[in-house]
Amino acid sequence: MYNTGQSAVKKTGFQLLPPAETVFRGFLYGAAVCMILLLVGIFLTLLVYSFPSIREFGLRFLYGKTWDPVTEEFGTLPILIGTIITSFLSLAISIPFSLSLSIYLGEYSTKGTVASLLQGAIELLAGIPSIIYGFWGLFILVPIVRSIETALGVPPLGVGIFASSLVLSIMIIPYSASLGREVIRLVPDELKEAAYSLGATRFEVIRKIILPYVISGITAGNLLSLGRAIGETMAVTMVIGNANFIPTSIFAPANTMASVIANEFTEATGTLYVSSLIETGLLLFIVTMIINMVGKQIIKKMSVQV
Amino acid sequence: METENLFFRIFKDRLFKLVVIVFSFASSLPLLFILFYIFKNGIAVINWQFLTQLPKPVGEVGGGISNAIVGTAILIILSSICSIPLGICTGIYLSEHRTGKLSYAVRLCVEILQGMPSIVIGIIAYMWIVMPLRTFSAFSGGIALAIMMLPIIVRSTEETLKLIPDSLKEASLALGVPYYKTILKVIVPAGLSGIVTAVIISIARVAGETAPLLFTAFGNPFMNVNISKPVNALPLLIFNYAASPYPEWHALAWGASLVLAVFVLTLNFFAKMMTKKWKVQF
Amino acid sequence: MESPVLKVESFCASFGEHNVLKNITLDVTQNKLTAMMGPSGCGKTTLVRCINRMHELIPNASVSGKMLLHNEDLYAMSPIIARRKIGMVFQRPNPFPTMTIYDNVIAGYKLNGVKKSREEFDKIVEESLRRAALWDEVKNVLYRKGTFLSGGQQQRLCIARALAMRPEILLLDEPTSALDPKSTSHIEELMIELKETVTIILVTHNIAQAARTSDFTAFIYLGELVEFGPTQKLFTVPKDKRTEEYLTGKFG
Ligand SMILES: Nc1ncnc2c1ncn2[C@@H]1O[C@H](COP(=O)(O)OP(=O)(O)OP(=O)(O)O)[C@@H](O)[C@H]1O
Ligand SMILES: [Mg+2]
Repeated sequence: MYNTGQSAVKKTGFQLLPPAETVFRGFLYGAAVCMILLLVGIFLTLLVYSFPSIREFGLRFLYGKTWDPVTEEFGTLPILIGTIITSFLSLAISIPFSLSLSIYLGEYSTKGTVASLLQGAIELLAGIPSIIYGFWGLFILVPIVRSIETALGVPPLGVGIFASSLVLSIMIIPYSASLGREVIRLVPDELKEAAYSLGATRFEVIRKIILPYVISGITAGNLLSLGRAIGETMAVTMVIGNANFIPTSIFAPANTMASVIANEFTEATGTLYVSSLIETGLLLFIVTMIINMVGKQIIKKMSVQV
Repeated sequence: METENLFFRIFKDRLFKLVVIVFSFASSLPLLFILFYIFKNGIAVINWQFLTQLPKPVGEVGGGISNAIVGTAILIILSSICSIPLGICTGIYLSEHRTGKLSYAVRLCVEILQGMPSIVIGIIAYMWIVMPLRTFSAFSGGIALAIMMLPIIVRSTEETLKLIPDSLKEASLALGVPYYKTILKVIVPAGLSGIVTAVIISIARVAGETAPLLFTAFGNPFMNVNISKPVNALPLLIFNYAASPYPEWHALAWGASLVLAVFVLTLNFFAKMMTKKWKVQF
Repeated sequence: MESPVLKVESFCASFGEHNVLKNITLDVTQNKLTAMMGPSGCGKTTLVRCINRMHELIPNASVSGKMLLHNEDLYAMSPIIARRKIGMVFQRPNPFPTMTIYDNVIAGYKLNGVKKSREEFDKIVEESLRRAALWDEVKNVLYRKGTFLSGGQQQRLCIARALAMRPEILLLDEPTSALDPKSTSHIEELMIELKETVTIILVTHNIAQAARTSDFTAFIYLGELVEFGPTQKLFTVPKDKRTEEYLTGKFG
């Protein structure tokens, strides 16, 4: 009785819209292609606008020691050094903390109230906007650094590389800690149990079994954090002191690639000045991109292997 | 000899645990420290007036940040309009085309975009929009933020949709439902909670962004809702007031920090709740 | 005599270079249950997926030969129309997780944007659920999510969903392989009832199930149709040696 007559198709007059189908697929395709165009567009824009500076300075842009808008001489060596010291110092400060957190949350206390409280605190830290870190750093941390500097007998500026690195390290701890925790949780239980059954203490298991197993993942996590520290703008801009000289100590004011752009871009006059800032941006883009790609590649390999 | 050795090993074990715990908990101190100062200094200035009035000139007490709140809202709306449809479409494309050269290239680009320093995106929006239009504008700020939101939305949409079993798509296609309706009415609704969460997270992420706005939205001491003119935004206001020498403005900046922090952390909290509670059972 | 609902003529299907179905010819009789049997990987699923044109959704898939539904070429019409005429139920129950039981039944209409009055939908839902022998169990929970049901109930919901479209043919691809024995016998009874009103093609691994439920049986081996005929005959006096070996459990 049901299938002898016409099918539902004819009775109810379903509409067929092949054009809609084509349009829809076209949309998806177009959106996907947009991503490629966007990235290529960004890269080309940076390249084209950097051209005046590239032509004028060539490689001198990288090793020139003077960054001087007045004489239109732009060498980024002071800025590169500022960037490297700031980011590596922040990484060095952060590692004991992030590694401890990774071990604590990944091995000692994977569940429970304390762990989830700590976990929540880290997530909150990760969620706080960087401008707030910068603002807090400027008003709370900088005076503290100043008193440290007074005690040490260096010029008590407060702002400078050290203050920036402190703020940056607070900002990157959550990131490397959560990545580290994830890789530590990937360590197979059998491996740990094998070691325990031989009478190893927990410390020995962590040092001899877990850490060797996850070392590449931890490294990758720290690499990605380094990328973040290099690219971070606002927090650094507010506390680094904006000085384009080769820093003489870790308390000296300096600039990073990101902070020099933030500090000077709107005020930059003249093609060459703007172009040099954009070339700095291009450099920043390439450096962070390489660091990110390497870090992510290592992480991907890890999770495949496990 | 043996026991002494064992004693030492156990001692090391305990010591190590202690060190790990001390460092772990020390890492959360900055959080308390930051939240404490934001609340202490922020609460002091927050009242109805603070949220609804414009900033007053230097020297006058009071005034508010209404222009920055409105500006941030405008920027978020603009960037959402630009990034959400595009991001979701790309995410669908990637989950529908798991292999293939284009998908590979798109994934790579999205990954690079995600890692791009925000200040560089600011430069780009300046070059693309501010320069040709010869004015800072809310619109250019919205575009800069949209570029930051895009990769987050694309990747989460892709990840969410990939988890939806193929059988669901087949069930719909086997009922004679066209492909595009299957995607829009079956697959996307099944992944909706994940997509909405991604959108919330991306908004939380860009709401506090300052660097891309420095040379785009620029900041504005007045109320402005015209998207072709500069607007103020909470992070810009904090930046500009923090750099000023006036204690009244510093107070406003603390208040704005509290508003911004509460807003961003609430969004993150919602996103988290959503992933927990709103899961679709397959 | 009755004319066949579905005529398959020299039908071949492949995934890229891999030919999975080789020159299949068979007629499916109206209101009978035709079972497809054969060892794993022989192409049963591929064959039924070709009937409602799901096969072509896989990249690189291709077909040749003819597939006639009431003498109308299935491959000449839009695949969307073809799929609406031929319902399909999958190995694993797959109700739409975002929809209620009610909406799941009329999903074919809802998703296609077919407007009907509330009463008409109510009627379709009740009728389809009754035909799928699920009505009594779910009539009080129609507005709960379909995924709350047990596996067997979910599978019957999927059958109701397919029936709601009033298909000419209902394809069942190992509908009981993911279910417990009780749900399995429930579905078997249901199939026997259903064939009064709809032509069924059943893919099964289970020889006993084919014997219990089907009127005709096709034995497929390595993509070839080895033997096809009335179930009674095929099971008692198989013509081909390979069929006999399969039925006696020598392989597969
Ligand atoms: N998506 C696919 N891509 C490529 N080859 C496929 C695909 N699906 C199935 N095949 C191949 O087609 C052949 C037939 O598969 P099919 O699923 O039709 O077998 P089947 O008889 O249904 O087996 P089973 O009883 O295990 O369900 C197999 O050799 C399989 O490897
Ligand atoms: Mg099969």
